[in-house]
Amino acid sequence: MLGRTAASLYWMSRYIERAENIARLTEVGYRISLTPDIGIGHREDWKSTLIAAGSYEPYLERHNEITSEKVKHFLLFDRDNPSSVRSCLETARNNARAVRTALTREMWEALNSTYIDFASVRPADLGSGKLPEFLDWVRQRSALFRGSMLGTLLRDEGFHFSQLGAFIERADNTARILDVKYYVLLPTNETVGGDIDAFQWETILRSVSAHRSYRHVYKDRYRPWNVAEFLILRPEMPRSFCFCYGWIERSLEGMSDIIGKKTASLTEASSILHDLKTIPMDAIFQSGLHEFLTEFLKRNNSVSAHIANDFHFL
Amino acid sequence: MVALADGMMNTQASAKNKGSMKEAPAFFDEMRSADGSIRPAYQKIADWMGQQSRGGMARKQEEAEAIFRRLGITFAVYGDNASNERLIPFDLIPRVIAAQEWRFLERGIEQRVRALNLFLYDIYHRQEIIRAGRIPADLVVGNEAFLPQMMGFDPPGKIYSHIVGTDIVRTGENAFFVLEDNLRTPSGVSYMLEDREAMMHLFPELFAAHRVAPVERYPEMLRQTLESVAPPSCKSDPTLAVLTPGIYNSAYFEHSFLADQMGVELVQGSDLFIENGTLYMRTVSGKERIDVLYRRVDDSYLDPLAFRSDSTLGVPGLFDLYRAGGVTIVNAPGTGIADDKAVYAYVPDIIEFYTGEKPILSNVPTYRCSIADECHHVLDNLSHLVVKEVHGSGGYGMLIGPHATKAQLAEFEKKIKAKPSNYIAQPTLNLSTCPSNVGAGSAPRHVDLRPFVLVGDKIRITPGGLTRVALKKGSLVVNSSQGGGTKDTWVLED
Repeated sequence: MLGRTAASLYWMSRYIERAENIARLTEVGYRISLTPDIGIGHREDWKSTLIAAGSYEPYLERHNEITSEKVKHFLLFDRDNPSSVRSCLETARNNARAVRTALTREMWEALNSTYIDFASVRPADLGSGKLPEFLDWVRQRSALFRGSMLGTLLRDEGFHFSQLGAFIERADNTARILDVKYYVLLPTNETVGGDIDAFQWETILRSVSAHRSYRHVYKDRYRPWNVAEFLILRPEMPRSFCFCYGWIERSLEGMSDIIGKKTASLTEASSILHDLKTIPMDAIFQSGLHEFLTEFLKRNNSVSAHIANDFHFL
Repeated sequence: MVALADGMMNTQASAKNKGSMKEAPAFFDEMRSADGSIRPAYQKIADWMGQQSRGGMARKQEEAEAIFRRLGITFAVYGDNASNERLIPFDLIPRVIAAQEWRFLERGIEQRVRALNLFLYDIYHRQEIIRAGRIPADLVVGNEAFLPQMMGFDPPGKIYSHIVGTDIVRTGENAFFVLEDNLRTPSGVSYMLEDREAMMHLFPELFAAHRVAPVERYPEMLRQTLESVAPPSCKSDPTLAVLTPGIYNSAYFEHSFLADQMGVELVQGSDLFIENGTLYMRTVSGKERIDVLYRRVDDSYLDPLAFRSDSTLGVPGLFDLYRAGGVTIVNAPGTGIADDKAVYAYVPDIIEFYTGEKPILSNVPTYRCSIADECHHVLDNLSHLVVKEVHGSGGYGMLIGPHATKAQLAEFEKKIKAKPSNYIAQPTLNLSTCPSNVGAGSAPRHVDLRPFVLVGDKIRITPGGLTRVALKKGSLVVNSSQGGGTKDTWVLED
């Protein structure tokens, strides 16, 4: 497989995953804006959403105030925002177009029809209650793409690079969501935490669609310690660091088998996975949750750079 | 669409003809004879058309468009926003070519393609045809399309143009003309294949009722053709690749489609490099050798060291490697000299010179402004002629006399007088019509035909080809950029 093809598959998957995550973050932001103001201003919540989406700085370059309408438009439709859902779908499709031969027909059709349908959506039509339905649709389309891939793609190089893109992006996204709100997850908050904090914890879980699965795993009310553990260390939680790195390692092992040598990215991913499997939660809190998340984001980026280098992305 | 634009039709002033159409139809109708009866090849199609409801056809039309759009069979128009992709309209009613008509065309095309490859070999070697005085030296060696770098080089199999799209128009029962030879990088074959796919999906019953010669083997035949011209340095099964300028090229869909159908890599210049006399593509495990490169990049962009130095679409050193026998470039560089518009007028002579046979397919009569008598004739009859720049393609730099304003005619008169050798002129052609699906039922529309020819260990011609249709009433311009569409083309087997 061409290095450029591998790169396109990787970025295609990253951008589809990102589109889905941005849709999820926007939905959470939207929910908060609907709930009565309980102390922390909505303005702050949209700011958190923008930060978690990695779009705060670019937003400020274009707007001098944070309003629901502007943020929603920026996150969903703005072509000037490279991480808006529209830009993500376009970038994903351009990457897919560049490697049509490496995709199955189902994958291409899932992505291409999403792109076409999205283009016909007019932001003005999404007023009064239509937004959640639209965001649902974005998530469903992402799921359709992923399902098409899992159901039809040969388990060879193409599959591995698609997986790598999706899980590197997902790990990055989960880490950002946690980092934006890390202060409400500090153990000291558990005793003092009131309704506001409980609401924030739920928000975090909703951002990764885990507010219900949490209950199944912990059979308990939302507690910051558990929330952090759930999203970082729990291997059964499909958006946790540990889960993502399980798949990243597996795909890098698969690639090492194919090219016949162990790559730097595999060594690094294995080391991250080993840490995630062995480090206890209290050690993370002791050395600082924020510091841990910052370090993880850095290492995740480094794995991404190594993948590009190891497999001749150009 | 630029990629399909070569072969702009010589158009008749449609408005002028409207009045006289009723008395004597000016155009050959491929379905109906002059007496109104249905020609035998179209009998079942005519019956079927009679059974279709307007609503039913409208639904099928929508279904067809959904299929094409979903598959991403769109084309980008240069100058448009890259995201602005359009569909080429698809005409639901197939064009039918009878078996004996096709046999005639096939023989004619094969003869022509064979002769043109012999011509290319000759002019890049001993130039016997020039010594024999059958074609002016200046027209060949003084031509922009002539590549001196190719002199004395023997491409594998002595084949230059492996993939040819011969543009043919019909004006009568037995009157077929070759309009252009398209020996460089002809496009459109993916539309031929996808049009057939769509038709089989939409109207399986029609296929059950006819014996339609299959076109589906084209990718396999293309693969065989490419493998048969592996370079001398290739000692095992040759590795093939398709070279594309990238996703913004108007024919990108076709490039990726063909690579996929053949099961080979679709590469860009940036994927390739040359090392120790071998062309490699950068792969995830390092590199892999390429033996035959089916390039869809123009000659001048192939190699910045040999041709345009500002090209980023090609590979530095590719041309030297080609000449050293390390890789085969398909089509060969320099084939443009044989489909040049000024050389076109000599193709009948070329056929006779190399094959000793009379041409089976006719040329459109062509006046060469480089010759004084012919130039006079052109200037005297400008308003009835189509004037083309000899190196132009895609309908640029041409004058359609019957449609031109006085100012345009005057402008061309000046241009021709200033540089006669830069122009040729042809009479306007009465293109044949086929029934087309138009909003209000079916109606005759003008068509042309581009059969696809593969030249390797043998010549392989896919039955039929791409039919382009001028969907606008009265229009003779089949270009997709000007309202042209495509339709499935059936060669009936006996």
